[in-house]
Amino acid sequence: MTASPPTPPGPDDGISRRGLLGLAAVGGAGLVVGGAAGGALAASVAGAASGSGSTTRYDFYGGHQAGITTPAQDRLHFAAFDLADGATRDELASLLADWTDAAARMTQGLEVGETGAVDGSPYAPPEDTGEALGLPPSGLTITFGFGPTLFETAEGVDRFGLADRRPPALEPLPRFTGDALDPARSGGDLCVQACADDPQVAVHAIRNLSRIAFGRASLRWSQLGFGRTSSTSTSQVTPRNLFGFKDGTANLKAEEPAEVAEHVWVSSEQGPDWMVGGSYLVARRIRMIIESWDRVQLAEQEDLVGRTKGEGGPLSGGTEFAPIDLDATDADGTPAIAADAHVRLAHPDVNGGIRLLRRGYNFVDGNDELGRLDAGLFFLSFQNDPARFVTVQRSLARDGLNEYLRHVGSAVFAIPAGVPEGGSIGDALLA
Amino acid sequence: MPTRLPLAAAAALGASALLLTGCVPNTPAGDALNVAITDTSCAVSADTAPAGAITFELDNTGSDLNEFEILADDKLRIVGEKENIAPGQPVSYTVQLDPGTYYTACKFQLVGEPIGLAEFTVTGEAAVVDADRQALEDEAVTNYIAYIRSQAGELLPRVQQLVAAYQAGDDATARTLFAAARVPYERIEPTAEAFGDLDPKIDYREVDAVAEGLDWTGFHRIEKDLWVPDADALNSDGTSAWLDWQPSTPEQRTRFGDQLVADVQQLLDLVSDPTFTVSLSDISNGAIGLLDEVATGKISGEEDWWSHTDLSDFAANVDGASVAFGNVEKLASTSDEGETLASEIRKQFDALETVLAQYGSVDDGFTPYDQVTDAQRKQLSDAVNALAEPLSQLTSTVLGV
Repeated sequence: MTASPPTPPGPDDGISRRGLLGLAAVGGAGLVVGGAAGGALAASVAGAASGSGSTTRYDFYGGHQAGITTPAQDRLHFAAFDLADGATRDELASLLADWTDAAARMTQGLEVGETGAVDGSPYAPPEDTGEALGLPPSGLTITFGFGPTLFETAEGVDRFGLADRRPPALEPLPRFTGDALDPARSGGDLCVQACADDPQVAVHAIRNLSRIAFGRASLRWSQLGFGRTSSTSTSQVTPRNLFGFKDGTANLKAEEPAEVAEHVWVSSEQGPDWMVGGSYLVARRIRMIIESWDRVQLAEQEDLVGRTKGEGGPLSGGTEFAPIDLDATDADGTPAIAADAHVRLAHPDVNGGIRLLRRGYNFVDGNDELGRLDAGLFFLSFQNDPARFVTVQRSLARDGLNEYLRHVGSAVFAIPAGVPEGGSIGDALLA
Repeated sequence: MPTRLPLAAAAALGASALLLTGCVPNTPAGDALNVAITDTSCAVSADTAPAGAITFELDNTGSDLNEFEILADDKLRIVGEKENIAPGQPVSYTVQLDPGTYYTACKFQLVGEPIGLAEFTVTGEAAVVDADRQALEDEAVTNYIAYIRSQAGELLPRVQQLVAAYQAGDDATARTLFAAARVPYERIEPTAEAFGDLDPKIDYREVDAVAEGLDWTGFHRIEKDLWVPDADALNSDGTSAWLDWQPSTPEQRTRFGDQLVADVQQLLDLVSDPTFTVSLSDISNGAIGLLDEVATGKISGEEDWWSHTDLSDFAANVDGASVAFGNVEKLASTSDEGETLASEIRKQFDALETVLAQYGSVDDGFTPYDQVTDAQRKQLSDAVNALAEPLSQLTSTVLGV
């Protein structure tokens, strides 16, 4: 179809959202990135520049799933699904295969199904819902995961013969200080993370995957996010969260392949075999009481975070990327970084060297009955053992920011490795 | 050949197969079944017959016109019927039946509940599928029209009973009749909707009538009189239940009751008109439309806001969709793809009916919808979605375009 390197996955008779002319334009000017291929990681990410180029297109197939070290896109639609009552193992397998096929198409800017949004029978609903017609790939990545309940329900029922496949590390998260979890916003058998530079493209992905799932799985909860709160590449500027502070300055970056390998990807030593090259995703819906936060004096805000609000430099001195000196003191001998400052408690030095790859987004879901914005941080982190998140989160129990935070949703998922073209995301698990 | 049938059943099958091949002559004319019809009975001389063309000799010894019908195993879908059987004029009726369970019944004066409903088993091998598409289409249309007429015919007496109690001020009795009176209507609702202003008069909810500036009449007007809201209760749109509303006076009850009976009588007259017909896509779109009714109106509990009898309407909509689907199932199944779709639809109908059965039945009543939890509603909604998705493909598959 074009001279661009990635072969569009799925059937060759696929129809482009943009039509042939559009595809040709992408081939000529578009940025095509093999983001998911493990071996090409650093080079591919370096090519992604700002990530705002809406013709950016990432491979779906590869050694790792895309959407983890891929430069964080601007928008998120995240969804957790539960399998239907009485769903069988075959139905799980067919769902994952259908999802894989649809995801491979959508990430390439193609419509779902052979006849897409407008080329089917006038007497049948279109295969593709159509709201992404004419939109470029927009850097869409779709990342799939499996929750603990897929392997065994809370009541100990092994619905799909998967109990012995459950990675020992994949357990429901323990209760943390400050948790005010809503079960309806927590957990889930399956998850889908759709990230894109255009919110309509991300929503289109979740909507169509939900539709494909009807009868086999249904939405348990979902979350829209805007304004990525982390950068996962040194090519990206550090964005700000709704507290107004730069967030993720010290995040793991794709350009640190050794660190990513150490902290993010499941190794063959860790196992189990089917998870090697995968990761674990922790999702937390963290409500921010921003009306109260906005009444906090600037100096106190900075003390609570441990960084300056403008530049983002640590209070121990220096610019944004200056190393944090946890031992530095002020003239009067008090620690420059307070004992309950967020950056201190989250710092690898107080957490046994643990670093998380964070990929969170801001959210505002209207307002509550008191007239406060229902706003906050949808925290997403990838790590090769959820216990790493637990260590950091326990350290944050004393975080001074907690007064302004409520953790209202929580979930953990096993993120399998990527699959080669023609494979299904469920292959390794269900083999 | 491996068998999963219990031994006794296998033995019984063997016996009947033997009977078929050994003892029954193959000429249908030779073993016609006799049906003795009176005003209150409908006796068929045998409760089984071999598959193929089956002939019934219909003899009406009653006082007025009668009707003989054969229903599918859901006791709803009509697979064949003979109308206008006059007393003292025996008539022969032949119908082509595949193996399966059916029900025979009569309908005195061609209207109302089936009389003498009896199981009827057809054994043996299915006839070669009729390759004549036109014949299949005609059969689907004929049988669906018969179904609409039978439901409209059952609707009228049920509404008359409900209205009689309502007008007499016997609210306790009227409340027990309300859900059942709506069932035949909800089964054929898309048909009534096709008659323009009839559905608004029969079935509009208060909020919709107010929004469209219509005089509010019909089932839901009666419903609110029978389940009088508390002083602080709210309509489904959040306005006060007592805003521009007062319980009906006896005079108003007379008017609203008479109006509903008249509207339902008009519906029956319209569908009984010899020129009344439906198209193939009316049938399949009717099935889809009924499921949409469930997905949008019934799941939210907005339909029967005061009586909370939503699940009865829900079940009736599903009945109606299932019958409509049953009428075009053979047509849909003429391609491999269509056969896959039809079996998926049938599977999801069964799954939905199983979920629904946890809450009661059309005959015995259902759990009031305000006692169904959000988690249970989601389970119902999931089952509706699981069915609605393949069902949405039905029209294209039936029409083959």
